[in-house]
Amino acid sequence: MPEFIKIKTPLSDEDVQSLKIGDSVLITGKIYTARDAAHKRLIDLIEKGESLPLDLKGQIIYYVGPAPTKPGYVIGPAGPTTSGRCDPYTPVLLSLGLKGMIGKGVRSKEVREAMKKHKAVYFAATGGAAALISKNIKAVKIIAYEDLGPEAIRELEVENFPVIVANDAHGDDLYEEGAKKYRK
Amino acid sequence: MREVDYNTIVDSVARLCMEANYFLGDDVVKVLNRALEKEESETGKDILGQLLKNAEIAKTEKIPICQDCGFAVVFLEMGEDTHVKGNIINAINDGVKKGYTEGYLRKSIVSDPVKGKNTGDNTPAIVHTTIVPGDKIKITVAPKGGGSENMSEVKMMKPADGIEGVKNFVIDRVTRSSSNPCPPTVIGVGIGGTFEYVAFLAKKALLRDIGQRNPDPFYADVERELLEKINNLGIGPMGLGGRVTALDVFIEVHPRHIASFPVAVNTNCHAARHKTTII
Ligand code: SF4
Repeated sequence: MPEFIKIKTPLSDEDVQSLKIGDSVLITGKIYTARDAAHKRLIDLIEKGESLPLDLKGQIIYYVGPAPTKPGYVIGPAGPTTSGRCDPYTPVLLSLGLKGMIGKGVRSKEVREAMKKHKAVYFAATGGAAALISKNIKAVKIIAYEDLGPEAIRELEVENFPVIVANDAHGDDLYEEGAKKYRK
Repeated sequence: MREVDYNTIVDSVARLCMEANYFLGDDVVKVLNRALEKEESETGKDILGQLLKNAEIAKTEKIPICQDCGFAVVFLEMGEDTHVKGNIINAINDGVKKGYTEGYLRKSIVSDPVKGKNTGDNTPAIVHTTIVPGDKIKITVAPKGGGSENMSEVKMMKPADGIEGVKNFVIDRVTRSSSNPCPPTVIGVGIGGTFEYVAFLAKKALLRDIGQRNPDPFYADVERELLEKINNLGIGPMGLGGRVTALDVFIEVHPRHIASFPVAVNTNCHAARHKTTII
């Protein structure tokens, strides 16, 4: 079993800078869901100079579109979706104080550079472990774009949400380092 | 001519949609346990352990393994001495609608690829039909996730490229897919036929259970060799580095035109969902 580092949201610059690629982290606190459709709407608001439905400072965005909620459950299975689809929008959000992202798969060079510049961290959650992950979500509230269905922006109250640091604020990339280490 | 009731098809398809999404195959659970033993990376072990725990939760609580409950891909083998009252394709679509709605499965289908909206019930299904002798109907539902489907490709190679060309293409495809298809993956490979048929072969290959080799020893050897080469890439669970990148490789072949050498790779994730019934 790896050693887990426990963190609470919102994240400070110090929190972010203490994390290194390969760290197993358990997140507790509020995080926000958004996929590419919601990202696009946020960017449109920013371009128009209007205020956002949430304050991004110190926050974590989780790229997810959950399955429907069965009666008696808080949320349906909710594993990460491909982060790359949000790459074009991410640098702007990072410049507004976003500190963390949770998803699956590699990030673009632009995103990695913006993460270094604005001190942010990218966590990988286990794709396909959606039923397990949903157990760490304790409360759900839709805060914007209800019309997007599973893609609406939701506030999730999470407890010991398991992730791995894939890209840190120092510019290191576990996708690259990890594959290099185990290549034969 | 045997008559089969419309609702029998609807109910069977609905049940298969739910079972495929809730119950990870025993073959996959077994190979994930073996992978956990083989994996050297701590991160990789953590991830494989999560996938096993996830499968257990999904099974006991009857909730989907993954939030992406897939495109409902249906393989239909229709016995030529059978008749379904009403239209069997409609019955399959009604079954998908029922299964995805009553089973709390995510609906991910957009009605028109450019101008469309979510159809709201995960229809239409993709149905591959074969007419076979006899009076039975065999239905397989194989829900297919988007993340791994996007890492698939067809290549019209030259006959001179031969089996080495095929191997290089498969390895290159898996390398470029990296973390995106949620490794560990299952890789379906089609060789031969035509442009559209080779993609079907690669999809059909994904219906095999883990460990089930191609009956031709030549292709069985290629499957083993490719699996080893893929696992030597180091991509590892979720692409974060490790020994286990794929769980299996399946090859399906078909006669080809003298001028053509089509090859297809259809990537699947560990959520290698497929359930079958015979009516
Ligand atoms: S690739 Fe597979 S495991 Fe990953 S999110 Fe898609 S369906 Fe789920």
